[in-house]
Parts: sequence; structure tokens; C-alpha cells
Amino acid sequence: MRRRGVALGSVAILATTVVFVVPFVFVLLTASKTQQDALDLDFSLPTEWALLENVRTVLATNDGQLVRAFWNSTVLTVVAVAIMTVLAAMVGYVVQRRRSRWNPVVDALVLAGLIIPPAVVPTIWVLQGIGLFKTMAGLIAVHVAFGLSFCILLFRAFVATIPRELDEAALIDGAGPSRLFFSVIFPLLRAVIVTVVVVQAVTVFNDFTYALYFLPGAENATVQLTLYNYQSQGLNQWNLLFADVLLITIPPLIMYVFFNRQIVAGMTSGAVKG
Amino acid sequence: MTLVRPALEGATERPARRQTRRAGARSPYPTWFFLPAGVFYLVLFVVPTGASFWFALTRWNLFSAEFVGLANFQQFFREPALVKGFVNTFVYAFLTSGAKVVLGLALAVLLTSQIIARGWLRSVVFFPVLVSTIGVGVMFKVLLDPFDGAVNTVLSWVGVTGPGWLTDPSLALFSVALVDVWKGVGLATLIYIAGLVAIPQEYYEAARVDGANAWQNFRSITLPLVRPATVTVVLLSLIGGLRSFDLIWTMTRGGPGFSSDVIGSVIYKQYQAGFYGLSTAGNVVLFVVIALIIFPLSRWLNRKEVTL
Repeated sequence: MRRRGVALGSVAILATTVVFVVPFVFVLLTASKTQQDALDLDFSLPTEWALLENVRTVLATNDGQLVRAFWNSTVLTVVAVAIMTVLAAMVGYVVQRRRSRWNPVVDALVLAGLIIPPAVVPTIWVLQGIGLFKTMAGLIAVHVAFGLSFCILLFRAFVATIPRELDEAALIDGAGPSRLFFSVIFPLLRAVIVTVVVVQAVTVFNDFTYALYFLPGAENATVQLTLYNYQSQGLNQWNLLFADVLLITIPPLIMYVFFNRQIVAGMTSGAVKG
Repeated sequence: MTLVRPALEGATERPARRQTRRAGARSPYPTWFFLPAGVFYLVLFVVPTGASFWFALTRWNLFSAEFVGLANFQQFFREPALVKGFVNTFVYAFLTSGAKVVLGLALAVLLTSQIIARGWLRSVVFFPVLVSTIGVGVMFKVLLDPFDGAVNTVLSWVGVTGPGWLTDPSLALFSVALVDVWKGVGLATLIYIAGLVAIPQEYYEAARVDGANAWQNFRSITLPLVRPATVTVVLLSLIGGLRSFDLIWTMTRGGPGFSSDVIGSVIYKQYQAGFYGLSTAGNVVLFVVIALIIFPLSRWLNRKEVTL
């Protein structure tokens, strides 16, 4: 059994390495080449390592557009995820704790939010009506609206594990509803908050579609949009294009290294319960 | 991400009600907690979705909308380019979803068995899920280049002339679907792993006593008991597949011609061209398609109880 495991494991390692790792190695190698060298698009070691230089060039392109884009993406991710986490926690908490005629409504809306594709042009129409089209605030609001469902689902399930006795003790001590939630319950949600934040941060950071629709134009782009714009220009600077790919892959990679378990927990929740 | 059925809370119902009565309107769980989230959701999701049913019936430029009845839908189902997108959506969704189920389960069985480097393999398979779709699209567009691409170079070593993965109209959609599977199979695998480790080992021990072989184990124990995971994978990947836009748009822009268009890319193209009514009609079609497939399917999949 043990030897078979080793043999099978070796084959599996080889196959998955070829299929899943080699493309990333290719990105790294191409990003390290000089422009002339990268034109062949072949899988080879660069004759001259120019990774740092390429990264510097990419960051400096268009007066540091990518740097601004990184800043924009960071703001977008942090603000959108913070808002949706707090708001979703409030909803998940009350839905779980109190049985009211609102619950079926909330359930239906959450389910709808998970399944139904957003109607893009009418959303633009609404954003324009409230003066938020093509603004960062608008994109943040859109992400909050579209991300709530998933967060509510996770919070609701987790709140069920917090004993009600805690609520009662806090109420007897004279805490009001807001105090009860924000000082007692919210800190106890830490485990699921981490999961929600990490999963949604990766989602928002990687989003391309909504940025394309709701934040068009090169001026205040997100990182995904800058990559798209570079690609659309159809230049033959593969080394720079791939240096860009490399740069925007680093934040999710860091997330994965540190929050591996939370990401997996968040993305696979529901697999067992059905 | 998940489609968990809300749990029943019969046990917790009583104290809450007693409290509500005693405290009158001032429950410790105020309804206004729904309000902030509700505003975002209502304004940016419910209202646009509702409005789309009206705007789909109009010729529209964001400022004035002229009612044209079902003309947009007629156009949607008459113009060959748009019909192609409609059909492709189903092909793409079912193909990717099926592949993710089969490959995800196979990988999960492999990665829960006694093999070396399990942790490493799980990470490697899962990582593409976290890479941005644009990044993956750019990467594979180069790898699948018909002349210089690494894939065709490797194929030429073994004497095969690789096809024009993304330039051959009959192949482009399938190539993108393949990349979609590459990117998404890690999630399916993880969901299956979570399902597999939840199966009690006693079943396998009992089966061993009865002399079952590996295949019988798989058919009679693993497959039925991993069903909740299958339901999740099928629903998630079908929803994702039907809604797909970004990968296709990055890799082919729906081309060559309109051979790899899906509803998602048609919506964007019509939006770009300024046909907002037609674009919104595409949204409504997508809405109806997803609702007609997902709701009955999820009910059917969730109803069937596992009997062993």
C-alpha cells in the first residue's frame, strides 16, 4: 500500500506540476526576459535576467498608472469588504436570532443574490441617477450590493453557534441592542469574519467584469483593468505584459499563503450540509 | 458561493417570542439592522433587476426609452450572431460543469488517498482559483498561440501539428472552456474533498468485511454519500458557466467572428454598440435561462434523499 502510494504520488505530482505549475513558471520566465528575448514566446531561461527592470518599467508606464491602479484596487477592496462584512453580519445576526415575517424575504433575497446575474445596463442607469457612475464610490457600492448574499449566508450559519445566554447576560447588564451586537457578538464572530474578509477580498480584487462596466476609462482604473488595457493595445512587449500578470497575482498569493485554511473553509462551506 | 439551505430554528423560536412580547417593539434584535444592507441591495440589485424587465422592451439610450414591445427579443432570437451566443452559453456551461464534476471528483479521490505530498498537491490544484481571470486569460492566450505558443511547440515535439486553439472558429469556445476548467477544477476538488472526508469510515470497513473491491466501494458508498458535494459543484459551476463573461472576453472577445460568443459577451457588445435595450434584453434572457435551469435543478437535486 505504501509503495503504491509513493508511485501514484509521484505520477500525480508530475502531472499536476506540468498542468498547474508550468504555466506560472512560464509567466515568471517571460517576465524576466528582455523584450527581444520574450518575442519568441518559447519556454526557455532568459539569456539575461531582467525581472526587476521589467517590473520597474511596468510600474512607471503611463506616469505610474499601475501604481495608481494598485492604490485604487486596494482602496476598493478594503472599503468594499469592510462595509459588506459589517452590514452582512448585522443581517445574519438578526435573521438567525429573531423569527419574524422578514425572514422569508431575507432568505429569498439572499438566494436571488447568489443566483441571478446583475442587470448591468440598468445598474449603470441607477448609478448615473445617483451620480455615482464612473466613480470609485459607485464601484464600491456595487461590490457591496453583489457580495452581501454570500456573506450573510456565512454569518447566519455561524451566529447559530453562539449561545443565546450571552445575549441575555449582556441585556441584563443593561446593554442596548447596538451595544449587544457591536461589543459582545461581533467580536465573537472573528473566525467567520476572517473567512468572509479573505474570500471577498480575493473576489473583489480579482474582479474584472464590474470594473469594466462601472468604472470605465483609463484614468482611475483597477489593476485588472490596466492589464486588460495593456492586452487590448496589442503591443509585443510580452515581458512587460507578463510582469504585470505577475504583479497582480502576488496579492492573492500572499492571501493564500497566510489564510489558506480560511479561504478553503469559506469556499467549500455548504459542501457537506448540502 | 454556497447554496446552503437555511437551517430550521424551531428550537430557538420560543425565548425570542417571549422576549419580543415582554419588550414590546423594542426587541434586542432590531429590524433596523436589515436597513443599511437592504438599501445597498435594493438600490443596486433589486431595482436594476426589476427595471431590466421594462427596459428590455424599449429602445433606450439611458436618457430616453421608447417602448418597442418584444422587438429586442425577436432580434435576439433572429440574428444569427445572437442566437449563436445563446446556444454557446449552454454548451459552455454544461461542458465546463460536467468536466469539473468528473475531474474534481477524480482529483479529490486521489488527494484523499494515501499518497505522498498531499498538501502540496492540494495547494497546487487550488491556486489557479485565486488568480485573476484576466491574468489566466492573458497567460493562456499566449500559451495557446497557434505558432509560437508553448502548447503547440510541445505538440510539435511529438510530431503533432497543434490546431489554432483560439483562432479556429470551431475550436475557440472549447479551448476557452478548457481553460475555464483548468482554473475552476481546484474549487470543485476542494468541495469534493470536504464531502469525502465527511463520509464515516465505518461504511468502508463494513464493505471490506463483505469483500467489496475498490470500484464497488466507489460506486456504492462514495458516489451516493458524496452527493451533497456533487450538488454544490453542479450548481456552482452551472451558475458560473451560464454567467461567464470575463474569461471569454479576455481570450477571444467572442471571436473569431462570433463563434465563441455567449450571452454575457453579447450583453457587453450590445452595450458597447449603444443598443442598451437589446443589451438589457440579453440580461433578461440570461435571467430567465438561469432561473429555469437552476431553481428546478436545485430543488430536484436537494430533494432526493440518500439511501444506502
